[in-house]
Amino acid sequence: MICVVLPAHLRTLAHVDGEVKVHVEGQVTQRSVLDALEADYPMLRGTMRDQVTHQRRAFLRFFACEQDLSHESPDAPLPDAVAMGAEPLLIVGAMAGG
Amino acid sequence: MSGVRVLVGTRKGAFVLTSDAKREGWDVSGPHFGGWEIYHLKASPADPNRLYASQSSGWFGQQIQRSNDGGKTWEAVGNKFVYDGATGTHQWYDGTPHPWEFARVWHLEPSPTEPDTVYAGVEDAALFRSIDGGQTWQELPGLRTHGSASSWQPGAGGMCLHTILLDPSDSERIFIAISAAGTFRSDDAGKTWRPINRGLRSEQIPNPTAEVGHCVHRIAMHRSRPSVLFMQKHWDVMRSDDAGESWREVSGNLPTDFGFPIDVHAHEPDTIYVVPIKSDSEHYPPDGRLRVYRSRTGGNEWEALTKGLPQRDCYVNVLRDAMAVDSLDPCGVYFGTTGGQVYASANAGDSWAPIVRDLPSVVSVEVQTLP
Repeated sequence: MICVVLPAHLRTLAHVDGEVKVHVEGQVTQRSVLDALEADYPMLRGTMRDQVTHQRRAFLRFFACEQDLSHESPDAPLPDAVAMGAEPLLIVGAMAGG
Repeated sequence: MSGVRVLVGTRKGAFVLTSDAKREGWDVSGPHFGGWEIYHLKASPADPNRLYASQSSGWFGQQIQRSNDGGKTWEAVGNKFVYDGATGTHQWYDGTPHPWEFARVWHLEPSPTEPDTVYAGVEDAALFRSIDGGQTWQELPGLRTHGSASSWQPGAGGMCLHTILLDPSDSERIFIAISAAGTFRSDDAGKTWRPINRGLRSEQIPNPTAEVGHCVHRIAMHRSRPSVLFMQKHWDVMRSDDAGESWREVSGNLPTDFGFPIDVHAHEPDTIYVVPIKSDSEHYPPDGRLRVYRSRTGGNEWEALTKGLPQRDCYVNVLRDAMAVDSLDPCGVYFGTTGGQVYASANAGDSWAPIVRDLPSVVSVEVQTLP
């Protein structure tokens, strides 16, 4: 199982607390994890990526293993530690002041 | 015992304010969807427990929430707003062509007869409809593909479709307004549209009497007389007696005719309300005095309503969707401010009192009269 940490607003929207675990068939990539996440929690569709183009929303970031993976290809394999469930994929709302 | 439910959308969540028919003591529930912008909430006239809410965020995009129990609980429904076919372009601020891009839902207008049918006015300007309680949304593309659409330009707040009026006497007739394109009418349930802006004059556009391009802030009608429309334009308060075919100015003795909301008394079709704002570059009341103006003559002759409203050092704004009336007798009038106050009058505006003073900036106010 892949562990995903959602930002607070999306945990509220999805009615979950803490980490979310999703099952991914095949290669573990940003795309396959988001596909699994949206299948399990349909209310998250459109909140992390565009529903048609699948482009990442501008103020969302994907971190894992202390790396910013936001600009990686959505089809690039995620780190082994994420694929094995040892480390979470962090979905983070970009910081904004004011 | 009858009562009212006031639905308040703010920059940081939704609030539901309830009272009995006296409208003196209030229960405040919320924030619902705390931290999200709630541009609009509105109830189905056909089922008072069915509410729809537009929830949005710069981070996480658009959500539509639905309640089946009068706002106690909510569920996220469909949020996929995809323009129908080629999106085309409108004018950008610099005059260059800019593709239509969905940003958010500004206004939700439930059908007067079908609880599962609801219209959504969105930015960039288009009209969507759901006939399954908000689960799926389909654009009515005849508006966005109107021949004038490539010349539409956003106002400072974005190119939003902010007003939807469904004619209670003719299910085929819909009025909408867009900033800054103007007012449009469909007589075939949204398939085709035509601009209805004759009589408007806007000095801020190259041709002040152009067919489109006017920054209409809000239009309103009384359900007993749907061919009479009232408009708060960027500047000027206007009236049409022929379903928008022509407009005439009724600003009369207002201290300033700039403003955002306009609404009509529930039982007196010629009694209307506006909140004059100093100017388009100073979005606050003249002289720091918050005054609602009421006309009992359908415009031109206005009286200031001040009792209970701050008459010094007040520099809030009242946004276009932030005024509503109930249908009790006497008629209740409500409005919310960018300072977070929601004011209520249980006597048609003669006197006012705040229901709440310190909410986040108020974007919208709607009222339900409950049996």
